[in-house]
Amino acid sequence: MTSIGSTGSHGAAQSGFATLLYKELLRFWKVSFQTIAAPVLTALLYLLIFSHVLESRVTVFNGQVRYTAFLVPGLVMMAVLQNSFANASSSLIQSKITGNLIFVLLPPLSPLVMYGAYVLGAMVRGLVVGLGVFAVTLGFVPALIDLAHPLWAAAFALLGSAILATLGLIAGIWADKFDELAAFQNFLIMPLTFLSGVFYSIHTLPPFWQVLSHFNPFFYMIDGFRYGFFGLSDVPPGRSLALVAAAALVLALAALTMLARGWKLRH
Amino acid sequence: MADAVEVVGIARRFGSVQALAGIDLTVAQGEFFGLLGPNGAGKTTLISILAGLTRADRGIARILGHDVVSDYRQARRALGVVPQELVFDPFFSVRETLRIQSGYFGLRHNDAWIDELLHHLDLTSKADANMRALSGGMKRRVLVGQALVHKPPVIVLDEPTAGVDVELRQSLWGFIRKLNRDGHTIILTTHYLEEAEALCGRIAMMKAGRIVALDTTRNLLSRFVGLTVRLSAARLPDAWKGRLARREGAVHYLGLETYGELEGLLSALRAENIAIDELTLAGTDLEQVFLRIMAGSATTDEAQAPAAVPEA
Repeated sequence: MTSIGSTGSHGAAQSGFATLLYKELLRFWKVSFQTIAAPVLTALLYLLIFSHVLESRVTVFNGQVRYTAFLVPGLVMMAVLQNSFANASSSLIQSKITGNLIFVLLPPLSPLVMYGAYVLGAMVRGLVVGLGVFAVTLGFVPALIDLAHPLWAAAFALLGSAILATLGLIAGIWADKFDELAAFQNFLIMPLTFLSGVFYSIHTLPPFWQVLSHFNPFFYMIDGFRYGFFGLSDVPPGRSLALVAAAALVLALAALTMLARGWKLRH
Repeated sequence: MADAVEVVGIARRFGSVQALAGIDLTVAQGEFFGLLGPNGAGKTTLISILAGLTRADRGIARILGHDVVSDYRQARRALGVVPQELVFDPFFSVRETLRIQSGYFGLRHNDAWIDELLHHLDLTSKADANMRALSGGMKRRVLVGQALVHKPPVIVLDEPTAGVDVELRQSLWGFIRKLNRDGHTIILTTHYLEEAEALCGRIAMMKAGRIVALDTTRNLLSRFVGLTVRLSAARLPDAWKGRLARREGAVHYLGLETYGELEGLLSALRAENIAIDELTLAGTDLEQVFLRIMAGSATTDEAQAPAAVPEA
């Protein structure tokens, strides 16, 4: 038997990770019209309609920020979150249903490598779409280019995309059928996103809904991200960051445990 | 030298179905080994356990001495599996598919071997075609290529020739034989028993989660009388009357161990001036052996069944 240019165990893990990440990126890049251009257009439509209808009627942050400007970070973050979730979950469920997940299960890829590659691939998609939405909306609110705290915005974008990518991975592992995945998306991810303050400041809500919003983890991602733009937020950004980071950690551990046990993947 | 595959007491139950009921099996390095059995016998479950796709309820499985659970990295690196189902990733071309599979095994610069694989699998002209554009037989060959990208010392082929036409089947087997000559251990499941008979040095027959026969192909074939002679003649030579297995009027059925015995029968017929009206010979093939073993193990207590023979 001849041996070919194989690397050591450490190099093999690196190569395995790099390859799976490359595969995940190539997967959405090959259909980028659907995976990048379409969500950017959707966010743009939201901006056009909501800003047109609500600009003169809604006051946010005591009038310190125009509604259209307020809306942009919400839409950017929503695009980041939804596309991170969509990428990881659809990649997993498609591979499971078509059976080609076997190509990933047969090689010596560790749970950490699988987790890292799927999540990072999904984060890249989410962040690319988010940047696309931001770039397009700058045409409407050019002043937004001067972020008050860019590092805060980046931290929330990264953690938010990691959380939704991990949720997508978990949903993809859990679901056996497309409609189960759609249920996860429509009955959990969508309501949590829409009720997180993408389109409004929670201070405009009745007290009951304000309290309830504090139990929505997505609220802290959006609020913290918006702080990065305006230096204004509904709750202190440090608290949001701690909660979001904790959620990212807990979900990562849950996903890693599932992968290590082979739950729903190795029967 | 570690065995290519070592399986000890492997059992697996799916709900109420005992897919594997305690399998012991050893395949030495360099063997061309056949795993035969009807659908539902447990062949694919056994292969899935070796590949780490399924977990055993109990028992141990090792590939080249590496436990498939505790030392899964080494075990999987040593194993190449051609799955039974025709699966593919529709996003990629043939070459991308093979490159990606190489990368999963830690091989970054594998194009020379990928080109060789494409050549042997007659896919060179399709290297840049999308997987979706390939015929079923071509997709099957890409699966073979994917299993071989990391040059695994142990190769498992689960029904690899289903849907592949005769000509390509021959060239595929030529390639697999070459790999076997080069030292790779081959484990094959197939429904084409003539393929198993022609290729495999040793065969395990499975039924209902158990191994009901395990022997060299030659021994399995000779386990039942090697040849059956169907002779139409007025009578048998005196010396051969004791060999009569069955008689239907003037048609005598005789069991022969070897072709050599045929000469003796013909001489005896000549010596006693018995005219041969008709004579036909039927050899034992693996299909007959398979059917008899499967039938035998269904009705007889396993310990007494002709099939339940310990490993040779």
